[in-house]
Amino acid sequence: MLKEFWDFLMNDFFITGDPLILGAQVSIGLSMVAIVIALSYFKKWRWLWTEWLTTVDHKKIGIMYVIAALLMLFRGGVDALLIRTQLAMPQLEFLHAGHYNAIFTTHGVIMILFMAMPLMFGLFNIVVPLQIGARDVAFPYLNSLSFWLFFFGAMLFNVSFVIGGSPDAGWLAYPPLSELSGSPGLGQDFYIWGIQISGIGSLASGINFVVTILKMRAPGMKLMQMPMFTWSVLSSSITIMFAFPILTVTLFLLFIDRYLGAHFFTLDGGGNPMMYINLIWMWGHPEVYIVILPAFGVFSDVVSAFSKKKLFGYKSMVFALMSISFFSFFTWLHHFFTMGSGADVNAFFAVTTMLIAIPTGVKVFNWLFTMFRGRITFSQPMLWTIAFIPCFVVGGMTGVMLSVAPADFQFHNSYFLIAHFHQVLIGGVVFGYFAGLYYWWPKMFGFKLHDGLGKWAFWLWNIGFYVCFMPQYALGLMGMTRRFNEYNFDLGWQPLNIVSTVGAFIMGLAFIFQVWQIAHSIKFLKKEKSGDAWGDGRTLEWSIPSPAPMYNFARLPEVSSSDEWWEEKQRRANGIKPKPLAPLEPIHMPKNSGIPFIMSVFFFIAGFGFVWHWTWMLVPGLIGVAVCMFARSFDYDTDYYIPVDEIERTEAALKGGH
Amino acid sequence: MRKTIRFLVPMMLMLIAVMLSGCSDKYIVLDPKGPIGESQKDLIWITVWLCAIILVPVLILTAVIVWKYRDRKDNKSAYQPNWEHSTKLETIWWAIPIVIIAILATVTIKYTYDLEPSKPLESAKQPITIEATSLDWKWLFTYPQEGISTVNYVQIPEDTPIRFRVTADQAMNSFWIPQLGGQIYAMSGMAMTLYLQADEVGDFFGTGANFTGEQFAKMTFDVKSTSEADYKTWVDSVKSSAPELTEEGFQQLKQPGSSDKQSFSAFPKGLFDQVVMQYVGPNGADAPHSGQKSGPVKDEEGGGHDTSSTEVEGQLLPVMNH
Repeated sequence: MLKEFWDFLMNDFFITGDPLILGAQVSIGLSMVAIVIALSYFKKWRWLWTEWLTTVDHKKIGIMYVIAALLMLFRGGVDALLIRTQLAMPQLEFLHAGHYNAIFTTHGVIMILFMAMPLMFGLFNIVVPLQIGARDVAFPYLNSLSFWLFFFGAMLFNVSFVIGGSPDAGWLAYPPLSELSGSPGLGQDFYIWGIQISGIGSLASGINFVVTILKMRAPGMKLMQMPMFTWSVLSSSITIMFAFPILTVTLFLLFIDRYLGAHFFTLDGGGNPMMYINLIWMWGHPEVYIVILPAFGVFSDVVSAFSKKKLFGYKSMVFALMSISFFSFFTWLHHFFTMGSGADVNAFFAVTTMLIAIPTGVKVFNWLFTMFRGRITFSQPMLWTIAFIPCFVVGGMTGVMLSVAPADFQFHNSYFLIAHFHQVLIGGVVFGYFAGLYYWWPKMFGFKLHDGLGKWAFWLWNIGFYVCFMPQYALGLMGMTRRFNEYNFDLGWQPLNIVSTVGAFIMGLAFIFQVWQIAHSIKFLKKEKSGDAWGDGRTLEWSIPSPAPMYNFARLPEVSSSDEWWEEKQRRANGIKPKPLAPLEPIHMPKNSGIPFIMSVFFFIAGFGFVWHWTWMLVPGLIGVAVCMFARSFDYDTDYYIPVDEIERTEAALKGGH
Repeated sequence: MRKTIRFLVPMMLMLIAVMLSGCSDKYIVLDPKGPIGESQKDLIWITVWLCAIILVPVLILTAVIVWKYRDRKDNKSAYQPNWEHSTKLETIWWAIPIVIIAILATVTIKYTYDLEPSKPLESAKQPITIEATSLDWKWLFTYPQEGISTVNYVQIPEDTPIRFRVTADQAMNSFWIPQLGGQIYAMSGMAMTLYLQADEVGDFFGTGANFTGEQFAKMTFDVKSTSEADYKTWVDSVKSSAPELTEEGFQQLKQPGSSDKQSFSAFPKGLFDQVVMQYVGPNGADAPHSGQKSGPVKDEEGGGHDTSSTEVEGQLLPVMNH
């Protein structure tokens, strides 16, 4: 009996026999032990529980999202370096084929779903309530649940690396390869449940931010006076609300196929794999706009702040954002022009895809003309913004080239495509979120990140990016297809592949500089005295102390302009006295709750049970989820008021710190 | 500013390198040897130039603006912190992309119909049909007219339209010969049609372009274009010297694994159609596509509006009974 269990553990449960994975298992084990020891030694368990795990404060949830996203960036980045190492030389035997396939699959899933999405939600959380003059999001409890669902979904996905086996059918897991017939292992099940659980969280976040923005703006703030980042969050969140249900249903159907033997996407029994490919891209294409739109918002705010000038063409910008999110639902087929749907269908989707270039192009012109007749300071957020423009314009142009359906027959699935989407995702999304992180970092933590090290990271990222991905356009034109784990000497792909690999490692070095930058800035902490850390802040978040007190605004601000804080500073400079302060009132706040964390643990347990087909595990998991829902439904003690004298004490302490 | 230039320069150099290298023979997509690939190359260059109309001015404008309006005490350029709107300017930059996209859309639509993969090529010669089946992880080619079969290589006569019929036994693949023209998906339960032609003698690179599982990287194949006489000689030599592909042989061949090049002097009758129809039940009710009831295999092409295939099909069917 014991021997059987041991055999199961070593043969099926843990992945054994690969030195790379063994190294990962050992280091994961050691770091978990180290964390437990550290928390016990410093007696921080209670602090961890009350301050973080149960928090419903949007600022803390935002910080947890950012930390999780940076960890995932590390994992996805290591995957990327392994891929590039394997491809550096022809017929290298660094990774065997199965391992390589798992790594490019997890690289894609992690970078989009577990890096870009949480980093985006982190920025949403940290910034949106502050920008619209609110004290929290509309549903703080749901917000905490969203985070923990994302977190445990991501953990369930990641654990497949050392337990049970990684998915290896590509990041969108096309059937029939992802069906039992093509992937009998557990990897696909980890894929389905990891994404499914975190997907519920994403959908809930989308709804949360739509409601927050529509219902919780400060008095006087009209929709057309919202900061552009808030507009971008609104457009992105609306897109989430319409796109994510498609993902949930699609993966659920795939799950039923695999778990119960249904035939939605199988080869036999009347299944139709092409249906899956259509459905997954009906989510997948809006998804890339979901992550890029907030980056557009960041650039709009940053470019206006560091040009010391109003954003040019506000109405055009809003219209462009909303039309991009609308059109994003009508382009999905451009991911498979080569499926042979016929000229009518291909022509339609080629044109809808090109249409998106119009509002995007207008946005670029408006950013340029925000800088025009401004005064540009090259702070770190602004550097990333300036680097974004040429990078994204080139990436957008290659996107237009790909949208030309008959030409796409020659680009499809080649490294030309790989280079294109990395250029818009790194040059757009990653640069955008970095700009946002550097910009709002002082608002999150009350100190700025070191400038010199940040510039090193910036230049290494940029140089590394071009060295890595420009050769890949060329490789695509040489006929190199994606997802090849090896290639022959005679194809002439070798030199450019080596160049590309060097570029990838330069980006890896850049990431190390960023880690160093954060560590250095914490060690030599220079506290930010003013709430307006850059001196150029234009929107409400800069009108309050950094980091913001728990309730954000002691008094809700009155808003009459899209650059309210900038106008306020102008008024003060011109000697116009601010209105007399209204008396403080008790502030209504949500209470912390452990249920979101516990419920997500139960989701994890249920997901793990589904993956292994362990009824004894999944049933208690699902019951636990249901019990948590009941517990919440009958919990009437969910809020409290901060008394006026406590607000006064906090405000006085914050002022004293100035 | 020095910094902006520092990153613009390597980028521009890289771009130029990519563009100029079109003449190198390694850039096979830009060095086509057949009419389809030729048209696609022309189309690619049209899009490059149309894009360049916006790209180049925007890059220059970016560099100039960032340089001119940098925050220096002695900067004498205009500073208008409240200038936020100009109907005239915004109309201009809504109009420019609209015009460019309108031109590009027109060109694209025209080429989309011209280059519809299932559209027969104009030629005095009758097309040769070659059936390509993606197996795990090798390509099987069957020649219904000649009655021969090959694995991982395909030989074709020059100046003759080739009517490829493409399917997959298991995982979805994509069939791509870059120098002849663009790819088409190889899907189980579907017979896709792709017309290609080689205008000259030569050896071309062919590859699977959609991930099919573990040894996907082994799914490249050679395309050999020869004169018509050499092609006939080759067919005869395969017929006389190569072994036969039997039903058992095929069952063995379709087992997961890679393969060297192989040639067969014969193959089981209607093998390709068997592969396409293998998931259809006895009454056809659970065919992969409910719209198609049981009956003769119908090609999936051009949303069904293409009639040429049925004509060709009619000519081919007797030939298939070799």
